[in-house]
Amino acid sequence: MFDWIFTPWPWYVAGPLLGLTVPLFMWIDNKRLGISSVLRHICAAAIPAKIPFFSYNWRSERWNLFFVFGIFIGALLATNLLTTPATFQIDARLQTYLASHQITQYPRGLPEDLFSWDSLFTLRGFICMVVGGFLVGFGTRYAGGCTSGHAITGISQFQWPSLLATICFMLGGIFATYCILPFIL
Amino acid sequence: MQTNTTLQETDIELNTDPCADSSATTPLPFSLALTFLVAGVYFGVLLTKAQVISWIRIQEMFHFQYFHMYGVIGSAIITGALGVQVLRYIKIRSVTQQAITIRKVTFQKGQILGGLIFGIGWALTGACPGPIFAVIGSGYSVFIVILVSALAGTWVYGRLRNRLPH
Repeated sequence: MFDWIFTPWPWYVAGPLLGLTVPLFMWIDNKRLGISSVLRHICAAAIPAKIPFFSYNWRSERWNLFFVFGIFIGALLATNLLTTPATFQIDARLQTYLASHQITQYPRGLPEDLFSWDSLFTLRGFICMVVGGFLVGFGTRYAGGCTSGHAITGISQFQWPSLLATICFMLGGIFATYCILPFIL
Repeated sequence: MQTNTTLQETDIELNTDPCADSSATTPLPFSLALTFLVAGVYFGVLLTKAQVISWIRIQEMFHFQYFHMYGVIGSAIITGALGVQVLRYIKIRSVTQQAITIRKVTFQKGQILGGLIFGIGWALTGACPGPIFAVIGSGYSVFIVILVSALAGTWVYGRLRNRLPH
C-alpha cells in the first residue's frame, strides 16, 4: 500500500508539488523562490572583496540559506529513508551511447565513472565538475536567475525575459550535449 | 539611488533592495527560519524522489529521449502560474503582513548570454543550483567540488560585471 513512497515519483505528482512553492513563498512572506542567488549571498558573506555586486545586505536574505540547507536535509532523508535499491531506468539509446564511452555504473542516476573523487583528475571529470560548476555559477548570476528563479518563478509570473532565459538554458544545454559531451566523455 | 552598484540590479532572485542601508537588517524570526527550512526539506525530497537530481534524466531531456523532465518543469510552471493568479485575484496580504508584489523583470543581454552559459554548465554537471545541494545531501561528496566551482563562477561574474555586456 505504501510502495509508492519508495519508488520514483512521476512528473505529474512532483512537478505540481514543486510549482506550489512559488505561490507559497509569496503568501508566506512575499518572497521569490530562487536558489542560485544563495551562491551570491555566500560570496557576499565570505569574500565580498569590496566588489559592488557583493556589497549589499545579504543578512536580509538569510531565509534562503535556511531553505537551501533544508534541500540538503530533504535529499539526505529521501535517499536514506524513502528509497529502496532498484535498477535505475534509463533510455536504451542513452544506455548504448554511454556504454560506448565506458560509462556503465549509475545505480542512483549519477554515472559513478564520471562523478567521483578519482575521476576529478581525468579530463572528462575535470570538465564536467570543475568547469561545469564554474559555468553554472557564472551563467546563473549573469542571467540573473536559474531554473527555479527564471523557469519556475519567472514564467509563473508571466515575465517574458524569464521565458527567454529559460529558452537559452535549453539551447546551451542542447549545445553542450551534442557538441561538447561527445568529445570529452 | 544607485549608491553602491553601477549597473541596474537585474537579479530576479534577490528579494531585498541591494542599495538599502545595511544597518537596517530585516530580522528573521525563528518561526520564519523554521518555515523555510521545512519548505527546503519538502523541496529536497521532491527533487530527489522525482529524480531531478539525476545526470541521466537531464541527459535524456537534452537528447529529447524522455518526457519526464519536461513534465516536471512544465507542470511546475502551470501550477505555479495558477497559484500566482489566485493570489492576484484574492488580494490578501502575506502571513507576515507584507503586501504581495510581483517585481517586473527587465530585459537585458545577460538573460541570453548568461542563459546559454548556464545551460552548458547544466548539461555538463547534470545539476542546476538546487540539485547541487540535493546531490551532496544524497551522499555524493564530490559535488562539493561543483559547489565550490559554482561559488567561484559567481564571484568571478561579480568581479567582471562592469566589463560584460548587459
